Amino acid sequence: MATQTAEAQPDTQVQDSMVVRFAGDSGDGMQLTGGQFTLSTALAGNDLATFPDFPAEIRAPQGTLFGVSAFQINFGSRQINTAGDAPDVLVAMNPAALKVNLASLKPGGLIIADSGAFTKRNLEKAHYDANPLEDGSLAKFDLLAFDISERTIEAVKPFGLGNKDALRSKNMWTLGLALWMFDRPREPLHEWLKDKFKSKPEIADANIAALDAGHAYGETAELSGPLKQVHMPARPVEPGLYRTITGAESVSLGLVAGAQLAELPMFFGGYPITPASAILHHLARLKEFDVTTFQAEDEIAAICAAIGASYAGQLGVTSSSGPGIALKTEAMGLGIMVELPLVIVNSQRGGPSTGLPTKTEQSDLYQAVYGRNGDAPLPVIAARSPADAFDVAIEACRIATQYMTPVMLLTDGYIANAAEPWKVPDPSAYEPFPATFLEGLPEGEEFLPYKRDAKGARPWVKPGTPGLMHRVGGIEKHETTGNIDYSPANHQRMTELRRDKIAGIDVPDQEVSWGDGTGDLVVVGWGSTYGPIKQAVNRWIEKGAKVSHVHVRHIWPLPQNLGELLSGFKHVLMPEMNTGQFKTLLRDQYLIDAESLTKTSGQPFQIAELEEAIGRCLDEKCGGRIRTNEDQLPNPVGVEQ
Amino acid sequence: MNEMTKIETTLKDWETDQEVRWCPGCGDYAILKAVQRTLPQLGADPKNTVFVSGIGCSSRFPYYMETYGFHTIHGRAPAFATGIKLANPDLDVWLVTGDGDGLSIGGNHMMHVLRRNVNMQIMLFNNEIYGLTKGQYSPTSREHTRSPSTPLGSVDHPANPCAFALGSGARFVGRGIDVSKNLPDVLTAAHAHQGAAFIEIFQNCIVYNKDVFDDFAKPKGAEQQQLWLAHGEPMLFGSDKTGGVKGLRLNTQAFAFEVVDVADGDWQAAGVQVHDATNRMLAHMLVELPFGDFPMPLGVIYDDPAPTYEAAVHAEKERASAGKDASLAHLLAKGQTWTVSGTASDPV
Repeated sequence: MATQTAEAQPDTQVQDSMVVRFAGDSGDGMQLTGGQFTLSTALAGNDLATFPDFPAEIRAPQGTLFGVSAFQINFGSRQINTAGDAPDVLVAMNPAALKVNLASLKPGGLIIADSGAFTKRNLEKAHYDANPLEDGSLAKFDLLAFDISERTIEAVKPFGLGNKDALRSKNMWTLGLALWMFDRPREPLHEWLKDKFKSKPEIADANIAALDAGHAYGETAELSGPLKQVHMPARPVEPGLYRTITGAESVSLGLVAGAQLAELPMFFGGYPITPASAILHHLARLKEFDVTTFQAEDEIAAICAAIGASYAGQLGVTSSSGPGIALKTEAMGLGIMVELPLVIVNSQRGGPSTGLPTKTEQSDLYQAVYGRNGDAPLPVIAARSPADAFDVAIEACRIATQYMTPVMLLTDGYIANAAEPWKVPDPSAYEPFPATFLEGLPEGEEFLPYKRDAKGARPWVKPGTPGLMHRVGGIEKHETTGNIDYSPANHQRMTELRRDKIAGIDVPDQEVSWGDGTGDLVVVGWGSTYGPIKQAVNRWIEKGAKVSHVHVRHIWPLPQNLGELLSGFKHVLMPEMNTGQFKTLLRDQYLIDAESLTKTSGQPFQIAELEEAIGRCLDEKCGGRIRTNEDQLPNPVGVEQ
Repeated sequence: MNEMTKIETTLKDWETDQEVRWCPGCGDYAILKAVQRTLPQLGADPKNTVFVSGIGCSSRFPYYMETYGFHTIHGRAPAFATGIKLANPDLDVWLVTGDGDGLSIGGNHMMHVLRRNVNMQIMLFNNEIYGLTKGQYSPTSREHTRSPSTPLGSVDHPANPCAFALGSGARFVGRGIDVSKNLPDVLTAAHAHQGAAFIEIFQNCIVYNKDVFDDFAKPKGAEQQQLWLAHGEPMLFGSDKTGGVKGLRLNTQAFAFEVVDVADGDWQAAGVQVHDATNRMLAHMLVELPFGDFPMPLGVIYDDPAPTYEAAVHAEKERASAGKDASLAHLLAKGQTWTVSGTASDPV
């Protein structure tokens, strides 16, 4: 993302966006620091996008390269769609954090390093032969190195903590400095610390002292070197109430809203898996919204219990990530066969198998659309950002209950963990879609459990309803009675009915996200690539190119007008964090010459990468694969040497 | 659950119009009839009754019951049934499974439904063979069982369903035989039990494992080979006509049962143990008795109710919801928020 410096004043800069990366050891509290900095950024009225980047190991050995945890935030006084290609500021709490993150820092960027953590032992663990803070190797950057550890110990001395406990406040000291740098008030952080350490006021006081000391250090050190206060004006946005939201929160709230709009209690069956567990955690605290959460013995039991609850008249929901979704596959087939509502959330991560548990990918599209035995169609929809996930979750609940079908909602590790500001919606603005249960029949009418309505949906009958006892199951069943029926004509007919029901789902027409409805090139994306595609396309539009951005929410069935829309462009470029799965689907559906742009390094697309690929496409050299960039963060393989 | 108004029904009311498709002579027919005979006696209500099954011969059961029925997927019936009971605890759920469905592919779910103590009746039809897939050995097949997949005889040790159930934390363990006239009594006790009630039913697969239980199940000589347990009654078997009345006595030195002769009906003199269905240790000993040296323990082996899972879940939900604000608008606006005023503009 281009950073423009406008009218630099002596000690204050005004910038319209900035990328800051906090990096430290897993135990240094970088995610907490990043999270609180995000909140203060949001409260200051900046737009923002974050990228938490942490190791798969819970407590990796201290000081090691693979134990580095980082949190990146891109914020500004204009619209922000990605967490930023490269940081302007890198906060490095130890040598390993510096080593892992340095390559991505912009030339001339600012390094803030805790020199107190650059001990001989830590330098060795990070495979440094010499201290980079002293050997001149960082000359192309602005370097601000000082002993944060010592200053923290000094600041919290009056509270009688031992050195080990005192050093735990290092992250608050650093946060204090960051708050000063961006001219942010400390009071909300004071309040937050007091609340967090309610039962241990001395710890709260120590952390507040560390925060204040970091802030004060900025004030006094300002005169001496590269440290300058940056003023970032608020971004003008639609008036209203705002909060920050992560994808996991957004999906959870969307599911609660969806269940309310369907007027159903929600049953959520889950099993712990990264990065999907956060949804289970959120919903477990929302019992007052008539939500039952069930941590099952495995992924299979989680979905089966959810289907059982749907059978009994609730809205069954299950959630997982790729490997867990694979385990649920057979049960999805049953859900399709017995035609009961079910929402399946897949927070995608790098695969196959265990793959990259904490890194992002969108490689489960085939699995979502095609990945079941038999002809087993189900609707698939994808969220493009944390905030968007709220509406997408509601849409999933609508389709599931209105069409009596399992629905797959795709998000990914990036969306699940990333945060962005969210204009709090008014729930009453959403059209309710109350579920209906069949409770009886006119005198003399025969009950047919598989008789369909105009939408192709069969009736939903709760066990306990008098006179409507019936049997459902996974064996092929008769078109209307639902009794076992293997006959050739019936199976042919039922296969077609199941296909047509899904194909006939009412999907809104596809809109062009950015640019004109016709042109030289359309960049078609889905899921979390929305931000970088939008920015890259916009840069070309500004240069006068006839480029548009189409971002598809409804992966299956596709919007009715999509084929025609795409035919209005000379080239179709499809960036995906997989080997071209949605590209294959669109080629199959529309026989169009869609070109794939792939990236499967566990890292999101960078705007610059897409900008370059669009340029090539306009130059008649469409498609290809993004060259692996060892310098981009996150770097899933780490820099083990 | 299970305490609702008693409904007057007859056996016919529980039969569907579907043709029963088990092999002629299959033990499943006898179990189906026993269940259809028992339900009217319980005053059960067809509309509140749900039969849930997995995959296998036994799992076709729901199609033949004029109730709500869900024929699910292989091994997973306990998970579906758990979801059903959590969603509506008032439903009377019967789970039908087999030795392959319930102890092989579904062993994990069986363990968890028992340990959680979800209120339902679990009937495991044990025929020691995979019937529907044409006769492979199962996890309960005895060693050296010859089958298409073990032409030289199986080499692995069988699982003991009742010991598995107790080990998983079951609070009710019963045993019956498909054709036994006592089966309805076991089903009745299981239904009366609040919580997961596990019933192993020895079922004769006349095609692939014919008469494998004859040692104790065939009517001739049954009295000597079957120990029908009743709470508060002495553990007696056999009769004067069949070689004398015998009983089980606990040898406290060896901490093991031994078979003793009972003369003139004086079981007390012989030191015969009185069955206590609430004694968990006793239940463990009974399900582990090696058949041959001992008769086969049948009936209600263990019955000691504990609070059910669904009751605990609902109580917790109620506690957690009490006095809480359930407004969606408030939930969405939770946490640290900020208000933006002024005119809208949205530059990129």
